[in-house]
Amino acid sequence: MDPVVSIKGLTKSYGSLQAVQSVDLAIGRGEIFALLGPNGAGKSTTVEILEGHRRRDGGEVTVLGEDPGRAGRRWRERIGIVLQTSNDTAEVTVREVVRHFATFYPRPRNPDELIEQVGLGAQRHQRVGRLSGGQRRRVDVALGLVGDPELLFLDEPTTGFDPEARRRFWELIKGLQGTTILLTTHYLDEAEALADRVAVIARGRIVAEGDPRTLGGRSGGRATVSWAEGSVRTDSPTATVTELAGRYGGEVPGLQVVRPTLEDTYLELIGASR
Amino acid sequence: MTVALARAGFELKVFFRERDQVVFTFSLPIVLLVLFGSIFTGEYPGTGVTVAEVYTAGMIGAAVLAVSLQNLGISIAVEREEGALKRLSGTPLPKYAYFAGKVGSVLVMALCEIALLLAVAVLLYDIDLPRGTAWLTFAWVVFLGLTSGCLLGIAASSLAGSAKSAGAVITLPFLVLQFISGVFIPFTELPGWLTDVAAIFPLKWMCQGLRAVFLGDGGLVLQPTGSYELAKTALVLGAWVIGGLVLCLMTFRWKSRRDG
Repeated sequence: MDPVVSIKGLTKSYGSLQAVQSVDLAIGRGEIFALLGPNGAGKSTTVEILEGHRRRDGGEVTVLGEDPGRAGRRWRERIGIVLQTSNDTAEVTVREVVRHFATFYPRPRNPDELIEQVGLGAQRHQRVGRLSGGQRRRVDVALGLVGDPELLFLDEPTTGFDPEARRRFWELIKGLQGTTILLTTHYLDEAEALADRVAVIARGRIVAEGDPRTLGGRSGGRATVSWAEGSVRTDSPTATVTELAGRYGGEVPGLQVVRPTLEDTYLELIGASR
Repeated sequence: MTVALARAGFELKVFFRERDQVVFTFSLPIVLLVLFGSIFTGEYPGTGVTVAEVYTAGMIGAAVLAVSLQNLGISIAVEREEGALKRLSGTPLPKYAYFAGKVGSVLVMALCEIALLLAVAVLLYDIDLPRGTAWLTFAWVVFLGLTSGCLLGIAASSLAGSAKSAGAVITLPFLVLQFISGVFIPFTELPGWLTDVAAIFPLKWMCQGLRAVFLGDGGLVLQPTGSYELAKTALVLGAWVIGGLVLCLMTFRWKSRRDG
């Protein structure tokens, strides 16, 4: 099956700054793919090139079978874009703006059902300007989805959210089964919670790619066993714990076994590339 | 076409929701008309033309440019900065439908404004409404002036570096134009070289065309050339429509400068 997004040797520079250096990526249909990286790593540049908002310097890019730099209206009918924070459409209600954007597309979703789905049923008649930050982001998602896209771009969707709002937002995204989603984020837990596959980008290059659970050899990585009187890094933590249990003759005081978190792996990855 | 209408409806909804903006946009030309109409009274000797008639023509011309050039120049700069334009550019909405929506909504605003100004002029200053073919002249002068104003406003929205500065950047040239085009100062009092400068821009011609509508033949003697030069008016305004369109296509940006 053809990938929905395919990138080969993508490059882009701003003056002397090489923002993206030879990036290769492929995203399959129905996948939730997270592009993870610190600020200024080249995430947004890459995504904006895929959205058709930015020109590339070199490389081959295909999104839904077309070059986004040349694609027209028909292609835009098949994608949905949720940009980083915007403050527009404050004076109209949730329902008005969703219904209005529905008129741009040939086969739009039912606006009322969509508003329910993004969890704004109770706020449908409120003006967008009076909503909380998290609720506004849900409006953005509804506007990205209203054309019933095959591919949805989500650019740093939960920046500035409190932890509870983030978790509720994740539930919304998890509920979008079947839509291919390209998510950018600098939150590792977000990538881990949502993505089927993750690529880590640092200094304009992909430094690791794969399942978030095994990224960078994480599942096979050394575990740290620590207890009240010491700690060891080991490849065989079960043996260490058994040995400790024998030594203490039962409960080991303050016992902890820790695998590297995605965050550790990530920091190692972006650190290694510097 | 349906999308353009949907855009116009949406734009109007957004405009009319901002109450203070609506009140002040609509009341400014009316307040000015009442002020000037109260300060300067009477008739031009031997013509039967009242000063109020001259101000009515001028204020309608200025109001048309205010809702088109000034309003669009500022509001599009704000939309660009708020990210509304970038959001729209990611949808299948065609550019022409966006522009047509703007023009359609401005047309409705201009008609409301003109109706209000005419009501005030008739009730307070006893102005005669245009008759017969004068309505036709009225219609095309407003239509051409409005269209060129919209296109220039869209182009001007890219001039300002940010939404904050857009108001200042657009107000100054607009204010100067109003002074030299016979809106505030009666055209008969202006030095010739200033009128020559004004003749490059659309407002002078709009006001002149509107004087043909409201002053009629009685006002002909006041015109320096003894004529309202309607053919030339149509030509200059038409040229601005084309020039505005070219400027728009050349300068329009969906994104703000900071956004690349």
